[in-house]
Amino acid sequence: MAKVAPRNEMPRQDPKVRARNFNEVALGYSHELAVAEANRCLQCKKPTCIDGCPVQVRIPEFILALREGDMWGAVTALKDKNNLPAICGRVCPQETQCEASCVLGKKFEPVAIGRLERYVADWEIAQGVRTPTVAPPNGKSVAVIGSGPAGLTCAGDLAKMGYKVTIFESLHAPGGVLIYGIPEFRLPKHIVATEVKYVQSLGVEIKLNTVVGKLYTVDELLANGYDAVFLGTGAGLPMFMNIPGENYNGVYSANEFLTRVNLMKAYLFPEYDTPIMIGRRVAVIGAGNVAMDAARCALRLGADEVHIIYRRTKAEAPARAEELANAEEEGIQFHYLTTPVEVLGTEKGWVRGIRLQKQQLGEPDASGRPRPVPIPGSEYDMEVDMVIMALGTRPNPMVFTDTPDLERTKHGTVVANEETGRTKKPRVWAGGDIVTGAATVISAMGAGKRAAADIDAYLQNPDQPWWVENTK
Amino acid sequence: MYRITAKEVLAPVTKLFKVYAPEVARKAKAGQFVIVRVDEKGERIPLTIADYDRESGELTIVFQEVGKTTKQLGKMNVGDELASLTGPLGRPTEIENYGTVICVGGGVGIAPIYPIARDLRAAGNTVISIIGARNKELLFWEEKMRSVSDELIVCTDDGSYARKALVTEPLKEVLESGRKIDIVWAIGPAIMMKFCSLTTKPFGVKTIVSLNSIMVDGTGMCGACRVEVGGKTRFVCVDGPEFDGHEVDWNLLLERQRIYLEQEKRALEKFEREHQQACPCEEVG
Ligand SMILES: Cc1cc2nc3c(=O)[nH]c(=O)nc-3n(C[C@H](O)[C@H](O)[C@H](O)COP(=O)(O)OP(=O)(O)OC[C@H]3O[C@@H](n4cnc5c(N)ncnc54)[C@H](O)[C@@H]3O)c2cc1C
Ligand code: FES
Repeated sequence: MAKVAPRNEMPRQDPKVRARNFNEVALGYSHELAVAEANRCLQCKKPTCIDGCPVQVRIPEFILALREGDMWGAVTALKDKNNLPAICGRVCPQETQCEASCVLGKKFEPVAIGRLERYVADWEIAQGVRTPTVAPPNGKSVAVIGSGPAGLTCAGDLAKMGYKVTIFESLHAPGGVLIYGIPEFRLPKHIVATEVKYVQSLGVEIKLNTVVGKLYTVDELLANGYDAVFLGTGAGLPMFMNIPGENYNGVYSANEFLTRVNLMKAYLFPEYDTPIMIGRRVAVIGAGNVAMDAARCALRLGADEVHIIYRRTKAEAPARAEELANAEEEGIQFHYLTTPVEVLGTEKGWVRGIRLQKQQLGEPDASGRPRPVPIPGSEYDMEVDMVIMALGTRPNPMVFTDTPDLERTKHGTVVANEETGRTKKPRVWAGGDIVTGAATVISAMGAGKRAAADIDAYLQNPDQPWWVENTK
Repeated sequence: MYRITAKEVLAPVTKLFKVYAPEVARKAKAGQFVIVRVDEKGERIPLTIADYDRESGELTIVFQEVGKTTKQLGKMNVGDELASLTGPLGRPTEIENYGTVICVGGGVGIAPIYPIARDLRAAGNTVISIIGARNKELLFWEEKMRSVSDELIVCTDDGSYARKALVTEPLKEVLESGRKIDIVWAIGPAIMMKFCSLTTKPFGVKTIVSLNSIMVDGTGMCGACRVEVGGKTRFVCVDGPEFDGHEVDWNLLLERQRIYLEQEKRALEKFEREHQQACPCEEVG
């Protein structure tokens, strides 16, 4: 292989400065940097990157158009498979997906596909997003529950095919985790708003403040004229550790902490009404994206010290590599092979510390990762005034109210065929975190896409057996 | 989107709104609540559903002006719109024919106890209601409560109206009178519900309370509302709001209600400062 230019870094805010503001950390490529990076692409005859993408974006094609100066061509190639590229370019774990299968990556660093995706998408937003042509109405309507990436994608695709689509969202703003979970400094909310507006411009109606399971049940929707229902309600239920002291003032679920900060804009209190506690010394339990986001928000709110407590090692940490590196750079302190056994409180019920225990790695567990094994006698106390539990989430059962025929697993996820999204209940599809448990934006989008295709196939030809096991 | 169709001043700091929300009104049941946002920068606050009219599509909410948000809400008028209203949330009251029930409403808690008393009576129960407030001015809905109760006892803390007593006193007397009481509902400030529960405990009469914890989403996704009941962590918004008062860890609830006291004070001061400047002519309630 010929000599290859090094991968182009993307400009970012200085760690010291950004650790105290909520502005976007990564600033995006300039046009020159984008073209230089695009020029690194080998334009493989048999590109392997596409298979690394859960929605099969035509990667070499959009990169080629970009370097040839055909920006609208790049936009078209990119958006053919992906309705939300400005979001994916920012939050996808490219290092384990498309970039992991980039041929260049075998000997050199892979093409920075995610950064190029973001560049093209941001360029389009700056021009004013064009609405694609939508098929004429076909007279059928679909109810989509949840406005996260799964729901938005499914709704957008169906609308393009001519379906009348209504999204039902329980919160007062659309976007799911994109709006309530992922912070402004990683995914600016105006980007989410633009992508949501794009989906609306396709004719999708979004009904906010509507909790399915409370205001309507799934069966009521089916009975009231919807030909199909897609469940994209995510995995929004927080988990706690069930250790003593977890209900002291100052213990937050990451969901609550992030919802206050992001959805409710508590970082702008008192201009915005929702308050949040400002921790001085904060412990965040877990090492996924959620933990990184919570830790970095706590720092930006004004904490002196933020500690991440994780029971395995850095190698097993589920967060995106880039975000873990960002957190380290900003001065978050990592305590690996450590787990809390108790939250310590004052007499008045406020957090004053946390009791930790060292772990060592043992045999692999069901997830294939080495199991953390406690080391007896290794307990020690750390002084903190806030603890944030970022231990993962599960599906919220509310949407299942009065629908016992929607079969679920023991983890609370709904049983669905992976390829089609069909659940055990006729005319009900599901996709995203509600099926997989907490996963990624792009996998939720992929599921939304496959379900949209299958809803169309089914509604055009309903005389087919409903339940088919996965074939893969 | 959620238009205020009627406003009533029940007491200087207690206001009633009817809000046009036909779909919520269609599904609402006694014991449930809604989450309201006043404007785009507003916080999400839970308010118990005090009544609903499925025909007119109106929902009745009653609130006491205690902090910035409720004060701001209190300044809204007929025709104004709430930024959002979500519901009905929480589990409805389990209405059955228990026999003889006591319904206790303290302060603003008189509002949510009303539909419960009404529905319990309609289900065939003999309903003895006790309502109370700090003083005469804060008392409301006496006639409304009388219309759904077989007996009504009214009291004020300071004796400025009716009997001078805390609601726990007549509650204890009825229990001591030897009449068979099958179950008690008590709704009001946390401290009042705590003492009602303590009052009924020695008599072994099951006591249902409606917990008013801090909330954000109201759908189980944040855990802000968590309390301990029977030694277990429960989420008020989805597992409640009604729980067995004898099992509730009251001190924890009271502590958790204080998390944002300092911020709430700041927000209120800012609001009052701004409001005074904007509208110096406003009469004082
Ligand atoms: C803090 C955080 C950071 C993350 N960072 C990344 C990242 O960097 N990269 C990445 O790829 N992934 C990341 N993830 C994961 C990713 O966000 C999720 O996998 C993805 O959002 C799942 O999409 P979804 O559409 O299935 O559900 P969600 O995004 O959860 O959306 C579900 C929506 O349904 C609504 N809803 C729920 N119940 C009801 C109901 N009964 N009625 C009506 N509406 C309902 C919810 O309010 C919500 O808006 C992160 C997650 C979190 C929490
Ligand atoms: S208010 Fe968020 S879980 Fe109850």
